[in-house]
Amino acid sequence: MESASGTLATSTYQGKQYETAKRTFRDRMASKEWVIFALFVTPNLLFLLLFTYWPLWENVRLSVQQTDLLALTGSNEFVGLENFEYIFNNRTFQQVLRNTLVFLVASVALTMLSGLLISLLLNQKLKGRTAVRAIVFAPTLLSGAAIGIVWAYIFDPRIGLLAQILDWFWIPSPHWLDRPEWSLPAIIIVYVWKNLGFAAVIFLAGLQAIPQDLYDAAKIDGANAWWRFKSVTIPMLSPISFFLFITSILATFQAFDIIQVMTEGGPASGSTTLVYYVYDQGFGEAANFGRSAAAAIVLFLAMLVVTIVQLRFTEKKVHYDG
Amino acid sequence: MDRLSQSQQQRVSSAASYLGLALVVLIIGLPMFWMLSSSLKTLGQIYTFPPQWIPSNPQWSNYEEAWNTVPFGRFYINSIIITIAGAGLQIINGTLCAYAFAFLKFPFKNLLFILVLAALMVPGEVVILPNFLFFGNKVREWFNLDGNWINTYQAIVLPGAATAFGTFLMRQGFMGLPRDVLDAAKVDGAGHLRTMFGIVLPMAKPIVITFALISIVNKWNDYLWPLIVTRTVEMRPITVGVRLLYDAEGNNNWGVIMAGTTFVVLPLIIVYIFAQRFIIDGLTAGATKG
Repeated sequence: MESASGTLATSTYQGKQYETAKRTFRDRMASKEWVIFALFVTPNLLFLLLFTYWPLWENVRLSVQQTDLLALTGSNEFVGLENFEYIFNNRTFQQVLRNTLVFLVASVALTMLSGLLISLLLNQKLKGRTAVRAIVFAPTLLSGAAIGIVWAYIFDPRIGLLAQILDWFWIPSPHWLDRPEWSLPAIIIVYVWKNLGFAAVIFLAGLQAIPQDLYDAAKIDGANAWWRFKSVTIPMLSPISFFLFITSILATFQAFDIIQVMTEGGPASGSTTLVYYVYDQGFGEAANFGRSAAAAIVLFLAMLVVTIVQLRFTEKKVHYDG
Repeated sequence: MDRLSQSQQQRVSSAASYLGLALVVLIIGLPMFWMLSSSLKTLGQIYTFPPQWIPSNPQWSNYEEAWNTVPFGRFYINSIIITIAGAGLQIINGTLCAYAFAFLKFPFKNLLFILVLAALMVPGEVVILPNFLFFGNKVREWFNLDGNWINTYQAIVLPGAATAFGTFLMRQGFMGLPRDVLDAAKVDGAGHLRTMFGIVLPMAKPIVITFALISIVNKWNDYLWPLIVTRTVEMRPITVGVRLLYDAEGNNNWGVIMAGTTFVVLPLIIVYIFAQRFIIDGLTAGATKG
């Protein structure tokens, strides 16, 4: 290229030729770039279109049809919003919505609270804290199905680990998984146990990012430990708390394996959440595709609202930072 | 006097902290310990109350019995296949797509990027039914097949082959690379494949490995979709397979069932023991940047 610019100075004719050559070279590179872009993006995009966007549309279509297993072969009857009307007037589905809300609020609140407490412990200069961090984080990695089975044993009211621990305090064990009022709390316990390590490690990263001079300044101002926590730690942790809050909500909406293994949504739909209802209506005995699809749309819209709230808030934050 | 009480105060508060740590370890560790300890108990020891914490004569035969009651060998093979294929496809699709969005020009590129990202709002749980009908019905029409693809590896793997999260994560990572190195490569006339494999991927190794780890853990633990789309014992991955053991042993023979659950979690625990700091940092970095 340097030699080319040398020839440019010697003759205008050659210079023009060089300019055109350079332009076509650039065009060719640009068009080659397009081709490579298309080649690189297509596989990912194609799979997303085929298994995310198209089925989302199919869900909408299925939700306004009367379908069952026999209809696999063809004719589906259009029924408008009948499926939605049915589920929203259905006692079980109302209970499912209630369960989902209880599960969501309790799981997210307990996970975040215990995660925060543990992160405050781990943020102190204590011996063995790296090992504790590793142990606390481990359940996050483990299969929910396997963990659910282990906990089904732990909850056994006669011979389970929890029965033994309660026995030390002379408390009789509830029949956790056999009672509609206990099955959801049992699942919340397992879910929180599995996920609090993740929250703790995220909070810990947030705590370690807080500059020490903020605490020093607060100390000079005579703030005691509680006041320092309130006026430095809490505000400085709020962005990461918000992030954790949103991702926990979205993850909790999707919780399935623990429920399926431990209670199959029962007894008496006591632990059926929205995602379990979608599964149960579509693939359980009911095999009612229309209702399953309608419930899936409800699930999608609920998660969409959470995501939009997140986007709105993060946008605002970015705005303030700028 | 004042100094003494302060040091005493400190000692009390650090003792309280250690007590807190011990409690945390107990709460998190005890269920995992219970699983391992029970997996070595006889049926008699299982039904002993109060329980034995460490079984007196470890029953390694529980593992043998679990292995023979349901085909764990087969489950391992299936899980390894779908983890390698699924995570492999996600890593390839994700890195290619991320590279393109980070470095290449294309009309309406931003719009396309939004199209990729918006898929984050549609989790797999929402589309299980249409995807099931696709493999049960549509593939036959589309590809003119004799049978459907229910109970096949491709049906387990393909719906999870794309990644919006990975694309976003790795694009962020790629764009954070020092610009002058990439420009130097361009002046050299290096092709994009060479730039990607020779410069971008080696430099962005941590973020690619982070995503690979997340993907592998997710694929190994995946449950809902394989549960729906597999029909025979021979096609089940280990997460669904252990459920079959649980059903077969009827909520009763817990020693053998715990041996089975140990089979499921063992590979990830072994990896975790050797790479725990790296995995924790990677997974949390993946979360906070994603």
